[in-house]
Amino acid sequence: MLRLDRIDIVQDGFRLGADWTVEGAARIVVIGPSGAGKSTLLSAIGGFLGGDVTGTMTWQGERFDPLPPSKRPVATLFQDNNLFPHLTVGQNLTLGLRPDLKTTPKDRERVARALSEVGLDGTEDRLPATLSGGQASRAALARVMLQDRPIVLLDEPFAALGPAMKEEMLDLVAAKLAGRLVLMVTHDPADARRFGEALVFVDGGVAEAPLPLPDALESPTKRLAAYLGSRK
Amino acid sequence: MARRALSVSPLGRVGAALAVLICGLYLVAGLAVGVRAPSDSIARLTDGDWAALRFTVLQAVVSAGVSVALAVPVARALARRRFIGRGLLIALLGAPFVLPVIVAVLGLLSVFGRGGLINDALALVGMGPWSIYGLQGVVIGHVFFNLPLAVRFLLAGWQAIPAERFRLTEGLGGSVWHLLERPMLREVAPSAFAAIFLICLSSFAVALTLGGGPSATTIEVAIYQALRFEFDLQKAAVLAALQAALGIGGALVALRLSVGMVQGAGLDRPVLRQSGRVAGFVDGVVILAAAAFLVLPLGMVAAKGVAGLGDLPDGLPAAAIRSLCIALSVAVATPALALAIAARGGAAQGVAMALPLSVSGLVMGTGLFIAINPVIDPAVLALPVTALMNCLIALPFAIRVVAPALARAEQAYGPLADGLGLHGVARVRVLYLPRMRRALGFSAGLAGAMAVGDLGVIVLFAGQSQETLPLLMYRLMGAYRTTDAAAVALVLLVMSLSVFWVFDRGGRADAASG
Amino acid sequence: MKYLHLSVAGLALAATAASAQVPTLTVYTYDSFASDWGPGPAVEAAFEQVCGCDLRFVTAGDGAALLARLRLEGARTEADVVVGLDTALMSAARDSGLFAASGVSADYALPVDWTDDTFVPFDWGWFAFVADRGVAAPASIEALAASDISIVIQDPRSSTPGLGLLMWVRAAYGDRASEVWTALSDNIVTVTPGWSEAYGLFLEGEADAVLSYTTSPAYHRIAEGDATKTAWAFAEGNYLQIEVAAKLGSTDQGELADRFLAFLVSDAVQSVIPTTNWMYPAVMPESGLPEGFDAADERPAVSLLLDPSEAESLRREAIEEWRAALSR
Repeated sequence: MLRLDRIDIVQDGFRLGADWTVEGAARIVVIGPSGAGKSTLLSAIGGFLGGDVTGTMTWQGERFDPLPPSKRPVATLFQDNNLFPHLTVGQNLTLGLRPDLKTTPKDRERVARALSEVGLDGTEDRLPATLSGGQASRAALARVMLQDRPIVLLDEPFAALGPAMKEEMLDLVAAKLAGRLVLMVTHDPADARRFGEALVFVDGGVAEAPLPLPDALESPTKRLAAYLGSRK
Repeated sequence: MARRALSVSPLGRVGAALAVLICGLYLVAGLAVGVRAPSDSIARLTDGDWAALRFTVLQAVVSAGVSVALAVPVARALARRRFIGRGLLIALLGAPFVLPVIVAVLGLLSVFGRGGLINDALALVGMGPWSIYGLQGVVIGHVFFNLPLAVRFLLAGWQAIPAERFRLTEGLGGSVWHLLERPMLREVAPSAFAAIFLICLSSFAVALTLGGGPSATTIEVAIYQALRFEFDLQKAAVLAALQAALGIGGALVALRLSVGMVQGAGLDRPVLRQSGRVAGFVDGVVILAAAAFLVLPLGMVAAKGVAGLGDLPDGLPAAAIRSLCIALSVAVATPALALAIAARGGAAQGVAMALPLSVSGLVMGTGLFIAINPVIDPAVLALPVTALMNCLIALPFAIRVVAPALARAEQAYGPLADGLGLHGVARVRVLYLPRMRRALGFSAGLAGAMAVGDLGVIVLFAGQSQETLPLLMYRLMGAYRTTDAAAVALVLLVMSLSVFWVFDRGGRADAASG
Repeated sequence: MKYLHLSVAGLALAATAASAQVPTLTVYTYDSFASDWGPGPAVEAAFEQVCGCDLRFVTAGDGAALLARLRLEGARTEADVVVGLDTALMSAARDSGLFAASGVSADYALPVDWTDDTFVPFDWGWFAFVADRGVAAPASIEALAASDISIVIQDPRSSTPGLGLLMWVRAAYGDRASEVWTALSDNIVTVTPGWSEAYGLFLEGEADAVLSYTTSPAYHRIAEGDATKTAWAFAEGNYLQIEVAAKLGSTDQGELADRFLAFLVSDAVQSVIPTTNWMYPAVMPESGLPEGFDAADERPAVSLLLDPSEAESLRREAIEEWRAALSR
């Protein structure tokens, strides 16, 4: 259970509140107008905002908000820069297991298996620059799989992919990260329909509590309807 | 997203500790000089001292101003032209900065002096002679040393402007100068001015030799006089404090005028954009003129050195090895220090960038000598102390290069590294070393090259058998052996450029990180 | 850096171990005295043959740096003997109280009488303007000032010859010194921090003449086979520089130090002085001066030298006078 308890994020002139709970594994889409604070919410959960956040966050009853990002039960995929371009794909995945890059045969086997699961068999020694956009996304996803964190934050990591590729990735995420709590930022209601089990609407300085999908889109609240309407 | 103190704290803590150590070092040295003064000496500043103060500020302002102003067209031309030998030219541009003063001055005089190329040319057309000596000489000397530095600063500024923005501006029919270049210069030029102002403030031999007489006296000369001839340590300390205050004050004023910090990029990537034939011609002339101004005197130094290469002095190999050891340790240590201090940022970075350039090297060396002498024979520490001082002198330049690279690396990959738990050594290894190779390599090269050419505190500390290359060269010059000295100067020039080249190359070798 | 440091410390340890067997005489001297091409190596070899000791040179840039260093170190200094102070520094050196009488004397070949029992002269020279023989030699400083001959001089605040010229003008022209400097100012191309820069500029052709020593042409004649340089002897005389050595009062090798000072004025050292330090020996060697060492027209008839304490008290005022005259 992820609990955001009276979270208040303050960043020069910008403010965002959140106060809600999600039960166990679920796929939640975070949606809302540009600049409303969707990414900021994920950054706060991921631990990338430092001292700008008040309130407490707990996972399964254990508080994690004072911890640095790597000690939280959280893995994040950013919009870009999810792979170090100077490290091979294999090394990038290994980082999900061990920051010092020292591997055992068992580690190497796990990396190979993860790559295989996302359809990138045998790409260990390639540099990320030699992968296509879709392949790079899969490699990053494979690393998140290895990181073995119960919460995964997706900050529009597939925004640059074409529609078909993106749908493929969403299905892959849904399949491979089953059993984890996934929060994904998106602009696209279609993503929400395809991927989401619940929806968090961020607007007017508040990240509202998750509403079950597809109901939330079928009979949207007034403000969500206004947002969705403005997009058409 | 702002950089978070959280993620860089282990390295930043090291940086803060280093900054405190540096402060302490300067404080100890300053106090050692100031406190030990004979009780009857009153720090009395003469008319001459005040005149020196005025001239010091005047020449530093003019030198820094002219260096930066001339650097604008040169950097602009280098930023938008690609030609064969461009990389070599940019590397050579750094050479005057790392040469021992007297070598550079003699090289300069072989072009601008009474018997130099310019006066020879003037004589051919029945004009001249033109005299370099005076304020103009001081300024020419300082521009020769510092123009390359200013060009590098500004060039980095130009290359930090994304090519798309040039295309956007030109597509809109706007003025590149007004919309892009002038705002960029507002950011970059003041810090370049501040750095050069600081360097010129403590000028000694250039000001005196090319200044033509005592009216071109700088505070550093007065410090030298107080320390060496009058043995008035207190007065030396007061003068040094005055000089440091001027330096820090001047630098602060200049930096206040600056807006933000430029995010520099590699220097070998020309901004390719269309421009007319006239602009191309002007750029060509500017590059040729700058190259001639900087390379001709170096060529004269080299030409003179060649004559002595047949019969090199016996002490040369040992001195060369000593200089190389110092240079290598400085080249390794300086980027490391710069990285740690830049990771801390803020006041620590300000201190490490201002102190080494503002405090008189002579006072610093004397202070360290006084502090070390009761504990251990200074000669034992001659080489380590020389390396340390060289490291500190290079630190401001290294930080200037390393800090923006660190900011870029953190901005792009800091969150990823945070999320993966890359801290301390792992972060340095996985993130900083590969992502900042270029900046670290460049600053290593610059620091090492400066160390090869710096006479520095070795003069105060060295025993009989601890000559470095510059010391050997000065000793040869002091014993009529000008041919030998010229050969050593050539060796020194070559070694200095090689050290720069090797480290700078090393930083660029990894194409994938480009 | 760590390894460099260790190796340096290691060398120092080795040196200490070696010196435990025989006494060490530590001699502070200026760089060029101890350099490979200076008198140092010959002096060290010859003295170690007779003294049963280890002679160790510790160097500083020049005479003024030596004295400054000794004053910084005070009674804690390791120095037993200093070689390379001069007449301009003697008064300050005496006042420092760091030096002790040695009682060494010799049959000095100096242009002035020498009776000091603390400071032992080991070589000397006249300051002089050095020029190509092709330049018409002026007869005096005033004549030089009236000519359009260009000169490079050194700053009296940072250089021994520079200070020497200041005293020279004072000794020769007394109260008219300021006037002479004003007249000289248009001859002066520039003022350099030290001798090396000035001499370098002169060799580069930046000036017709440079302030140096009457013995400078000897180097070009003997070491380079170049007879085109000469030094000007002036009618009012040339100012003297006498270089001296002295024993430190704090030495624990007093007897050895005295022997070294006596050795310094013996033929073994004095005979190598002319072609290593390029100065006149303080005691004429048995073999005389080397061939071509000085030319008759380079020997001034009159030697000027202010009493060291007088020179010391004049210095500050003279520097201010010089600065004012040349700043106009």
